[in-house]
Amino acid sequence: MISVAPVRKQVLVSASPPRAFAVFTAEMSRWWPATHSITKSPLKRYVLEPRVGGRWYAVGEDGESCETGYVIEWQPPQLLVLAWQLNGEWQYDPKLVTEVEVRFVAEGENATRVELQHRNLERMADAAQRVRGMVDAPGGWSAILQAFKKSADT
Amino acid sequence: MAYQAALLALADPTRRRVFEKLRRGPLSVGKIAAGMPVSRPAVSQHLGVLKKAGLVGDSTQGTRRVYYIDPNGLAAIRIWLDQFWDTALSSFQAEFAKEKEAE
Repeated sequence: MISVAPVRKQVLVSASPPRAFAVFTAEMSRWWPATHSITKSPLKRYVLEPRVGGRWYAVGEDGESCETGYVIEWQPPQLLVLAWQLNGEWQYDPKLVTEVEVRFVAEGENATRVELQHRNLERMADAAQRVRGMVDAPGGWSAILQAFKKSADT
Repeated sequence: MAYQAALLALADPTRRRVFEKLRRGPLSVGKIAAGMPVSRPAVSQHLGVLKKAGLVGDSTQGTRRVYYIDPNGLAAIRIWLDQFWDTALSSFQAEFAKEKEAE
C-alpha cells in the first residue's frame, strides 16, 4: 500500500475553544482565503452544515454551489473531522475521500491551539489510477484533464 | 506541476503495466520484463520516465538494482496542500486579531 505522510499544521488563536470552533465552522466564509475558492465567480459563502453528514460547500456570487466534502465527526468544541473530496485539480470527486481532522485544545485562559491534520493523501493516487484506466490511448495532457472532469461528474 | 507529470507518465499503457508490477514490492528490471511483450532496454527506459516523474525509486540490493514505488510520488500534491493550509490557517488566526481590534 502506498502511503503519503499527512500534512500537519497548528496555529494558536486568541479565543476559547468554543469560539475558535465556531469561527472555524459557522464563520468559515469570513476567513477562508478567497484565492482558494472552487467557485468560478468570487466566493460568497462557505457553508459547513453543523452535524455529522452535513454538507461542506462553497457558494459563488452568481449563485453556483460547489461541493468540497462533508462532516465526518462533529464534537464541538474539541474535534471536527471533515471529508475533503477535491483532487489535485480542485475538482470535486465524490469517490475520493481524504480526511481533514481539526482539534481545538485549550491553552490557558483565552487561547486555543488548533491542530490540523490532512490525511489519506495517497487516496488521491488511487483516484488518479482510476482516471488512468479511462485514458487508454496514450493521449496528451488535455485527454487526461478531460478524464478528470468526467470522473468528477459521475 | 509534478503531479501532472506523474499522470502524464502513467498515460502510456506499457508504462502503466511496469508501474503496476511494482505494487506488490520491489523488483529487478529482469523480473519486471518477464512476461512482457517489450524488451528489457525498453522496460529500463519506461522505468527512467517513471523515476523522473517521481513515481518510482531504485536502490541496489547486493549486486542487483531493484525498483520500487516511491511513496513520495505524490510529493507535489502534498506540498500544494501544505502551503494551502498554511495560508488558510494564518487567515483563520488573523480573524481573531481583527475581533480584538473591533472590541
